[in-house]
Amino acid sequence: MNSTLTANRHTGGAWTMGVLFALGAIVSLLWMAKAPSPEMGFHAFIFFAFFTLGCFALVKRQYDLAGAPAVPTADDDVGYMDGVIRAGAIASTFWGVVGFTVGLVIALQLAFPVLNFDLPWTNFGRLRPLHTSAVIFAFGGNILIMTSFHVVQRTCKARLAGGLAPWFVFWGYQLFIVLAATGYVLGITQGKEYAEPEWYVDLWLTIVWVVYLLVFLGTIWRRREPHIYVANWFYLAFILTIAMLHIVNNLSLPVSLAGAKSYSAFAGVQDALTQWWYGHNAVGFFLTAGFLAIMYYYIPKRAERPVYSYRLSIIHFWALIFLYIWAGPHHLHYTALPDWAQTLGMTFSIMLWMPSWGGMINGLMTLSGAWDKLRTDPVLRMLVTSVAFYGMSTFEGPVMSIKAVNGLSHYTDWTVGHVHSGALGWVGMVSFGALYCVVPILWNRERLYSLRLVGWHFWISTIGIVLYITSMWVSGILQGLMWRAYDTLGFLEYSFVETVEAMHPFYVIRALGGAVFVAGSLVMAYNLYRTMRGDLRDEAPFVGAPVRAPQQGAVAAGE
Amino acid sequence: MAHNVEKDAVTGVDTTGHEWDGIKELNNPLPRWWLWTFYITVIWSIGYWIVYPAWPLVSSYTEGMFGYSSRQEVMDRIAEAKEAQSAYLGKIESASLDEIRNDSELLNFALAGGRSAFAVNCSQCHGQGAQGFVGYPNLNDDEWIWGGKPEEIMQTINFGIRSAHDDTRFSQMPAFGKDGILERPQINAVVEYVLKLSGQEHDAALAGTGQEVFVEQCAACHGENGGGMRELGAPRLSDSIWLYGGDREALRETVTNARYGVMPAWTGRLDEATIKQLAVYVHSLGGGE
Repeated sequence: MNSTLTANRHTGGAWTMGVLFALGAIVSLLWMAKAPSPEMGFHAFIFFAFFTLGCFALVKRQYDLAGAPAVPTADDDVGYMDGVIRAGAIASTFWGVVGFTVGLVIALQLAFPVLNFDLPWTNFGRLRPLHTSAVIFAFGGNILIMTSFHVVQRTCKARLAGGLAPWFVFWGYQLFIVLAATGYVLGITQGKEYAEPEWYVDLWLTIVWVVYLLVFLGTIWRRREPHIYVANWFYLAFILTIAMLHIVNNLSLPVSLAGAKSYSAFAGVQDALTQWWYGHNAVGFFLTAGFLAIMYYYIPKRAERPVYSYRLSIIHFWALIFLYIWAGPHHLHYTALPDWAQTLGMTFSIMLWMPSWGGMINGLMTLSGAWDKLRTDPVLRMLVTSVAFYGMSTFEGPVMSIKAVNGLSHYTDWTVGHVHSGALGWVGMVSFGALYCVVPILWNRERLYSLRLVGWHFWISTIGIVLYITSMWVSGILQGLMWRAYDTLGFLEYSFVETVEAMHPFYVIRALGGAVFVAGSLVMAYNLYRTMRGDLRDEAPFVGAPVRAPQQGAVAAGE
Repeated sequence: MAHNVEKDAVTGVDTTGHEWDGIKELNNPLPRWWLWTFYITVIWSIGYWIVYPAWPLVSSYTEGMFGYSSRQEVMDRIAEAKEAQSAYLGKIESASLDEIRNDSELLNFALAGGRSAFAVNCSQCHGQGAQGFVGYPNLNDDEWIWGGKPEEIMQTINFGIRSAHDDTRFSQMPAFGKDGILERPQINAVVEYVLKLSGQEHDAALAGTGQEVFVEQCAACHGENGGGMRELGAPRLSDSIWLYGGDREALRETVTNARYGVMPAWTGRLDEATIKQLAVYVHSLGGGE
C-alpha cells in the first residue's frame, strides 16, 4: 500500500464528507422547523445532532492530523483498520443486551398483560418491533458489519477500502438504529414486519448500505490473495441481497416531504408477497448467509483445522443463494395468494433443506481431528453448538413450510419458537463465539479475561434456549390444535380466549428462558469488558489443554 | 495453486492448495447422502409441480393434474360441514323454542351449538361461565332484568339492550344527582333506604327520610317495595343481586349519575338458528324461567 498516496486521498475524503455533513445539518434544521408533528421534529433533531457531531469530529481529526508528526500513527493507512471493528464489538454487545432485555419485557407482557402499563409507548405493539429490530438489525447487523470488516481484511490481506468510509458505515448504521428504535416507541411505523421504519429512515439506510457494499467490494478488489475466501462470498451475497430486498420492499410515496407518513407502492396480496419475499430473505440472507460467513471464518480459525470440503462450500453456496429467494410465499399459505405461488414457496423451501445443511456439515466436519477441543475451549463449543441449532432450525423450517404442517403451525407460537431456535441458538451463539474470538485479538490481549465465564455463559444460554423453544413447541401445537378442535356435532370446541388462557403457563416458562438468556449475555458483556481492560482472571484452565493465545493475522495489526 | 496441495495429517485428505489467514480447505467430495437427499427433494418437488398448480405462465398458470384449488377446497369443506348439520339446523329454524326444548335430540344439538356460539360471541362480556362482571349480568341466576323465559331471552339477544336497533329493549334511569333532580342529602337518604330494602346494614333514621324520596322518585319503576318491573327493565332492589354493586358507594354512584349498559343486537350478525340455540343455551344455564 502506498501510504502517502492513500493518506492524501484520505484527507480529501474527509473534506468532502465534512461538506456533506454540514449540508445535512442545514437540511435537518430546516426539516425540524417544518416538521408537522413533534415526533418528526425529534427525528429531524437526531439527524441534526448526528451531522453536527460528525462535522466536529472531522474538524478535530484534521487538527490532530495537522499537529501530528509525519510518521504513520493510529488510524492512518497502514496495516489493518481495526478501530472500527473495536467500535463494532462494543456496539454489538451493547445492542445485544438491550435487544434481549426488551425481548424479555415483551415476553413478560404476554404472560402478565398488566405490564403494558396502559401507556402507548410501552405497549406490546410498539415494543415488539423494538425487540425484533434491536436483535436482528442492531445486534445482528453490528455483528455482521464488525465481523465482515475483520474477516475481509484478514482473508484478503488488505486494509479496508474507502478511507473514512467504514467509520461512516458504522456511525451511519447506529443512526439508523436510533431512528428506528425511537420511531417505534413514538408510534412512527409503516407497519411492515421487520421493515417498520418509515421512508426517510429507509433512505438513510440505503445510503449507508451502499457505502458498506462499496467498502466491502473495494477491499476485495485490493486483495493480495489470488482467490476470494468462501466467507467473503457469503458476506457479499448478504450485503448485495439485503440492498435489493430493502429497496424494493420499501418503495413508497411519502405523504409530504417533511412528514413521517408514507404509503407503500404495493397493495393487497402483491404487498403481502413483496413483504414476505423481503421477510423470508431477511432470514435467508441476513440471518443465514451473513452468519454462515462468520461460521466459515471463526470455526476453522478457532479449531485450527482446514474447512471440511471446498466443493461442498461451492455447491451449497450457489444452491442456497438460488433457492432461498423463492421461499417467501410459504409465509402466505392458505391466503389470497394464488395456489401456484404457494406451491413454489413450499417446494423451494423443501429443496432448500440440503443446501442449508451443507453449511452445517462444513461447520461440524471441520472439527474432525479436533473434537477434543470442545472439552477445553468453551468458545469453540459455543460456535459448534450454534451450528447444531442451525441444522435443527433449517430442518424445522422446511417441515413447517409443508402446507399440511403449516395449516397447524401457522399463526401459533410454534413459529415464534422456530424463529428463536434459529435466532438464539444459531445467530446468538455464533455471534457470541465470534465476539469471544475477536475481542482478545483486537485489544491485543493474551486471551479472554475468563474462559470459565464463557463456560458459564454457554450453559446458561443453552438452558435458556431449551426452555424457550420447548415451551413454544408445546404451546404452539396446543394452540393450533385448540383452534381447530370441533365437537362431535361440528361446533367449535374452544373460544379464542380459552386458547389464550391455555398459553399462560408456557408464556411464563418462555419468559423464564428469556431471563436466563439475558443473564448469560450480561456474563458475556462483563467478560468482554474485563478483557478489553486487559484483565486476566486467575483461573484453572479446562482440563486437557493449556489456554492458548489466539492466532494473529498474517499481516501485523497496524493499530 | 495446485502446487500447494498438501495432505492433511489427521484425515489423509488433500487440501485444495489455497490458504487465507492460515485457513486451508480440504478437497473432500460432496457427502453422498447429502447429494442424494438433495436430488430426492428436487425430484419430489418436480412431481409436486406436475400434480399441483405450480408455474406462472403469461396470463395463467400450470394447473396440475387435478385442477386443485385451495379456495375450492375450503368451500367444499364448509359445504360439507353445513351439510352435516343441515338436518338439525333445518328443524331448529322451523321449530319454536319450546319444541326444541322438548325434543331431546334437538335440545342436545342446540345446547352444543349455543355453548359454542356463546364462547365465541358472548363470553367476552358475560364471561366464560356466563358468570358476568360488574356491569354485565350473571346469566346463571334467576334474577332477570328483562325476563328469563326462552322467548324473552331470545328477544334480548335479537335486538339487544340500548342498542342501535329500532326494536331494542330500552330503559333509562335518570341521573338524579347530575341532572339536579335530587339534593345530595336526599340521595344519601334514598341510598340508606335501598340498603334497608336489600336487607343490608343501614342508618334507620335516614332510611325513613329516604323512603319518602323513594316513593316519590323511584317506586314508579322499581315498585313500592323495590321489587322491580320487567316491562320497564327496572331491576329488583330487594335482593342481594346487583349489576353495578350494592354497597353504599356503588348505590350513591348509580343514583347520582345513572348507568347505561349496552348490549348489541345480534339479529343480522348471527343467523336465526344460532340465535335460537343461544336462547336455549342461556335459558339452560340455571336461572331460566
